Amino acid sequence: MLWALFRRDLLLIARSPAIWLPVMFFVLVAALFPFAVGPDARLLARIAPGIIWVAALLASLLPVETLLAPDVEDGSIDQLIARGIALELVCAARIAAHWLGFAVPLLAALPVAGVLLGLDAATGLRLGLALLLGTPALASLAVVAAALTAGLKGGGALAGLIVLPLALPVLIFGVGSDVAGAFRLLGAASLVALAVGPFAAAAALKPE
Amino acid sequence: MLFEGVSARVAPGGALLLVGPNGTGKSSLLRLLAGLLPAAAGSVAFAGRRAFAGHEVALKPRQSLGAELSHWARLDGGLARLPAALEAMNLAALVDVPCRMLSSGQKRRAAIARVIAAGAELWLLDEPTAGLDTASAGLLARAMAAHRAAGGLVVAAVHGDIGLDGAGSLRLG
Amino acid sequence: MHRYANPTRFLKIARVATPIVALLGLALTAAGLWIGLFASPPDYQQGESVRIMYVHVPAAWLGAGGYMSLAIASATALIWRHPLATIAARAIAPAGAAFTAICLVSGSLWGKPTWGTYWVWDARLTSMLVLLFLYLGYLALSASEAEKGGEQRGAAILALVGVINLPIIKYSVEWWNTLHQGSSISVANASSKIAPELLTPLLLSVAGFSFLFGAIVLMRMRAMLAWARVDARSRRMAEALA
Repeated sequence: MLWALFRRDLLLIARSPAIWLPVMFFVLVAALFPFAVGPDARLLARIAPGIIWVAALLASLLPVETLLAPDVEDGSIDQLIARGIALELVCAARIAAHWLGFAVPLLAALPVAGVLLGLDAATGLRLGLALLLGTPALASLAVVAAALTAGLKGGGALAGLIVLPLALPVLIFGVGSDVAGAFRLLGAASLVALAVGPFAAAAALKPE
Repeated sequence: MLFEGVSARVAPGGALLLVGPNGTGKSSLLRLLAGLLPAAAGSVAFAGRRAFAGHEVALKPRQSLGAELSHWARLDGGLARLPAALEAMNLAALVDVPCRMLSSGQKRRAAIARVIAAGAELWLLDEPTAGLDTASAGLLARAMAAHRAAGGLVVAAVHGDIGLDGAGSLRLG
Repeated sequence: MHRYANPTRFLKIARVATPIVALLGLALTAAGLWIGLFASPPDYQQGESVRIMYVHVPAAWLGAGGYMSLAIASATALIWRHPLATIAARAIAPAGAAFTAICLVSGSLWGKPTWGTYWVWDARLTSMLVLLFLYLGYLALSASEAEKGGEQRGAAILALVGVINLPIIKYSVEWWNTLHQGSSISVANASSKIAPELLTPLLLSVAGFSFLFGAIVLMRMRAMLAWARVDARSRRMAEALA
């Protein structure tokens, strides 16, 4: 069942022309900083991990309005509930599909952002690993925010306000990934977010 | 509180019409039966599987009609029943058409075809004839008759006659 | 003008033209790259790494030239409501974006051994990167407008606004003291600052890349018209069985 839901979600995400938006946004935000802080290569290389994490966080929020709201509006969620399918499963599948749809292209684009910011290969590799560990948490938070704001006006902006404070731990552990143990904390943050996310999102979607 | 003291029993092969003016809770009662709304008090006793067709048709505009209905039929384990269901609602020729190109009547027929293909014992239909022309309403009536002949149940929120012979009715409001 | 607006007539011409343009492009590109990579001397300053020029320069040319044609097609679509112009613009954009990306990547690979870095925030490089972002923005907007159906006026307007970047790219090497070298080829005065042994393969590959670009655009236009037909057929079916 989880597999069927996940396949469907992935298909719908992959077919949408909006699939490219998060990764484009990610590279664009990364390219914006040299304009804002000046092209000093040493400064850029020093703040690059922070820039890339913020860009990734913003990119994960970009598709929030299309993650669950259309399914609530067009009755797909009703159909799932009427079939007795657990919403927790639905949300877990959605988190996995969202992660594949935004984080994998983003990891693929990491070398581009790294080159633009003058990141050296070793730091870039560590950053890639950190993103791999931390982005599942971002995907989970995005789906929770999508569930909370589904059907509300201006849901996207609202979702940003909800997610950004919650994403702070991921950001802190992610940028501090050269400190010993940060990887483990990052992985732990993702595991917690993945464990709680489906239940929180499902609770928000449940009819009251 | 939308309604209280409502009680009805439907036997296998039977049908129940929920009637009453707008805003009396026909749709809400139907959603309650479908598990989409919790009841403040009282209970719904039904052991089998339910299939629900509400106001929203749950069809993704970019997907083809066939792909959409196959997805739901797969979730229901009823992929084998789908061709007959499409035939019954006269949709077989439209399987390759993207849903965004369908008229509202065609979408409604698709929602009914999804109910047929679900293979559930209890059909919950919210104003199923809204937006259907006479011919399509006839197809629906035939499908409901076949479902009941096989021992199935139909509960429908309606405004007028939808061609359910010998149906009980529950007046709200 | 509107004689060619008829898709049927366009398709008739394009069906014949596509293979010719594509073969011409392949032949010229192959000749240019073969001479460039094997049969021409290395540069006296840059050595062997100069050979990346035979890919880099044509790609840069088509990235910028492609944007110009995108803008012209968009203007035609806006002013004359020319239906083929919209399709041409949507066909040009991904090809132009791809060549711009090739230009950036090849330049970056050349920059590592020559400048010691893959990327610098130099005016020429930056404006080329902005060009890529303009292409991507156009692609995103036109895809979501196409989804809704309609005339794609927003995407066309965006394409026109972006034209401002083209003179910035062109003159960036003159206006700013950039790391990127100045132009070596001038059409106005016949005195090019490039050796003829290097110029011949370069011109061949520029011509070859241009024909390839044309072939890609023709193929995409034909594919898009075919998709429009499929769409129209589905729509007719839905209406016939309403």
